[in-house]
Amino acid sequence: MTEAVTVVAPATSEPLLAKRASRRWILAATLISAIVALPVLSVLYLALFPEENIWPHLIDTTLPRYLTTTVKLMLGVGVLTLVIGLATAWTVTMCEFPGRRFFEWAMLLPFAVPAYVIAYVYTSLLDYAGPVQRALREVFGWQSASDYWFPEIRSLGGATLMLGLVLYPYVYLLARAAFLEQSPSLFAVSRSLGHSALSTFFRVVLPIARPAVAVGLSLVLMETLNDFGTVDFFAVQTLTAGLFDTWMNLGNLGGAAQIATTMLAFVVILVTLERYSRRKQKQYAARDNREPIQRFNLSRPRQAICLAVCLIPFTLGFVVPAATLGLYAWEYFGESWNPDFVENTLNSLLLSGTAALTTLAVGVVLAYSRRLHDTRGMQVLMRLSGLGYAMPGAVLAVGVIVPLAGFDNWLDGALRRTVGVSSGLLLSGTTFALVFAYTVRFLAVSAGSVESALQKVTPSMDMASRSLGDTPGRTLVRVHLPMLRGTLLTAALVVFVDCMKELPATLILRPFNFETLATYVYQFASDERLFHSALPSLIIVLAGIVPIILMSRSIANTRSIA
Amino acid sequence: MRLKIAAAAALILAALPFAASADGEVNIYSYRQAYLINPLLKAFEKETGIETNVVFAKNGLAERLEREGRNSPADVVMTVDISRINELVERDLVASVRSDTLEKNIPENLRHPDGKWFALTTRGRLIYTSKDRVKAGEITTYEELADPKWKGRICTRSGKHPYNIALISSMIAHHGLEETEQWLRGLKANLARKPQGADRDQIKAIAEGVCDVSIGNSYYYGNMLQDENERPIAEQVRLVFPNADGRGTHINISGIALTKSAPNRDNAIKLMEFLSSPEAQRIYAEANTEYPANPAVKPSGLVASWGEIHPDALPLQTIAAHRDEAVKLVDRVDFDG
Repeated sequence: MTEAVTVVAPATSEPLLAKRASRRWILAATLISAIVALPVLSVLYLALFPEENIWPHLIDTTLPRYLTTTVKLMLGVGVLTLVIGLATAWTVTMCEFPGRRFFEWAMLLPFAVPAYVIAYVYTSLLDYAGPVQRALREVFGWQSASDYWFPEIRSLGGATLMLGLVLYPYVYLLARAAFLEQSPSLFAVSRSLGHSALSTFFRVVLPIARPAVAVGLSLVLMETLNDFGTVDFFAVQTLTAGLFDTWMNLGNLGGAAQIATTMLAFVVILVTLERYSRRKQKQYAARDNREPIQRFNLSRPRQAICLAVCLIPFTLGFVVPAATLGLYAWEYFGESWNPDFVENTLNSLLLSGTAALTTLAVGVVLAYSRRLHDTRGMQVLMRLSGLGYAMPGAVLAVGVIVPLAGFDNWLDGALRRTVGVSSGLLLSGTTFALVFAYTVRFLAVSAGSVESALQKVTPSMDMASRSLGDTPGRTLVRVHLPMLRGTLLTAALVVFVDCMKELPATLILRPFNFETLATYVYQFASDERLFHSALPSLIIVLAGIVPIILMSRSIANTRSIA
Repeated sequence: MRLKIAAAAALILAALPFAASADGEVNIYSYRQAYLINPLLKAFEKETGIETNVVFAKNGLAERLEREGRNSPADVVMTVDISRINELVERDLVASVRSDTLEKNIPENLRHPDGKWFALTTRGRLIYTSKDRVKAGEITTYEELADPKWKGRICTRSGKHPYNIALISSMIAHHGLEETEQWLRGLKANLARKPQGADRDQIKAIAEGVCDVSIGNSYYYGNMLQDENERPIAEQVRLVFPNADGRGTHINISGIALTKSAPNRDNAIKLMEFLSSPEAQRIYAEANTEYPANPAVKPSGLVASWGEIHPDALPLQTIAAHRDEAVKLVDRVDFDG
């Protein structure tokens, strides 16, 4: 039995399931959101005290360029990730072609490649001294750069391509999960009513998948907005470039915080618009997915097209960078191998694992509290606690330092006054600060996916469980969590891979002598010694592959666990 | 269940012991890559038995130091670029150091008058020219970079990079803001391509024929000559010490400062003294082809073979003082656009 309903109805003003027992959840959610929102609030606070008013200078000079470049980059990356993400997700879900089972998980692999790494790999391949241009020169007998035209990789177009190639998996992941959850009979009904496969995709499949795709896309856009490594390397001047210039070159942290706040407003407006445009939709789907998907049986040429659709982004986003890194790592192995790698890898794994679980737990509490008590207030709390993702990591790091060091010094002062003992810095400069920063940064990822999955569970499930005497907590543990197993695992693993790649906040907040793989890569890459960073970069990529395979399995399994 | 595991894991991680300031340590916040300073720290540990702990980041460390306040574990800050170290002074985060050793080893113009920072190395901001396409002596000053004869022939990294900002600041100090603006507009008009990449990339661009002239720090050239893959590229350029016959070549520094809150103050000063000593200065000179700040130590043989550098005598604080003007000037002439 399968049922999937899209109810278009006025949003209920009554909180659906508000009961006294849910108060504790609301309290917990409020408290957690408040703590998680602290770093963002700190940045807003810093924005109140600029060294000088930066705006007249910016408006007169570079701001127009920063803004247009930022908008172009976001549009470009947004379109690119949507096209690649949706096309590949649809192809591997609905089409039968050779290699389909492989691509189901392989399409996720570019996600393991940090954007700053893919940027330098392609630069080394495509710049003048790289193998591509060298081969062209040999073939055509050109002598120098002035003899021919070659697309400049260090450009807005190049940055768009690089970010698109490693960020499309966000869209792919969420779109594919959404496609898998949809009932095949909906598709059949649409076809029997005379719609072509393509028209069905746009009129039925995509609208139902829209909340999930929107989550994926908004993650892509936020990541694009706050990227610094790639745009800096490519000399593409986005708002982030202006932010760092104001902070580092003018020593105006407050002014930089104002730019960060502006970027934040940008994101909030985007997300609000998307939500507003589907405010009257509510979707529930029974998760009775035993009916197998009927994949299209395609002619040979069409199968070849499917293969190409998947092969191109996979090759560009994963095979080329991984192979190039492998080659460099091999050539420079003697100089790059370092016994510290084992420790750095362990640091990365342990830290990312802890952060992923913490972020997931916080995400579940928030998303579930909102389900229990879906008021405007809870919505605002959810949005507020997800904002850390929309800020450049280095700015967020300062936002983390402010409350943690403030707390440490307050406690220390209080203890010195009362007991005469100094507690020093308890939280600042510890791995706790890092886990906290990761949680703040990636909460949007976990809370977003948990929330969109929870939304699809019909409230009658809760009602049944509650009327049988279960508390909200037991309902969560016995009903929702088992049903959402796939989503939870996916969310945790996405956060895990994101943490493995995280760089700017880690650099600033880490304890003494503490290296993760990402910080280790950075110290060479930032000193223009790219070859030496190939081996550790490759390890980051490889470490990301295992969780990605797990992730893919869990999604495929959503259809077999009823 | 998941919640409990996560909470437990978070607690365990938080409780992990970390950099507790015991005796026999010195804690470093470094704007320089850890692997660059490691050989020096190893030598220091070997000589004194004092352990060194490092956090390296390119930004945010000053904010961290400031917010950690009197409880900060950091003893010293190591930086490159005069403006960055000057900012620590302006924010009142560093302490004065009185040390006969340091004052003997580091000349007066390479340290803060009250001992709030000490330079450890200097580097010249040089001009590189193509051996094929530019005759020796065809360009000898920074000022000539704006000469229209170089139209479409010059490469540089972003005008906003601290090294270029310091160069522009020194131009402002010598010529005033208006004349420097003219100069920067002229230089911008001569660029072969939009400013991008780092200093080594500009030398590569000359080898590739993209441009004929570039600006870059001295040690990048030295490092390229020491790398067997990059040597053939570096060998295609000729190095020019700009303004050698006039006011001298613009130099910048890497330096060290003691924090106000330093919990291991004595060890920190020992480290500073050690880094200024001939032994440590030789490591700086050989490994990274920088100019030692201690005049008793000669530059490496490779660096010496380029000829002698005549540094601009302009006080470094003056360069730092013009930073904001320089940054805004770069925006005004749309140098990076």
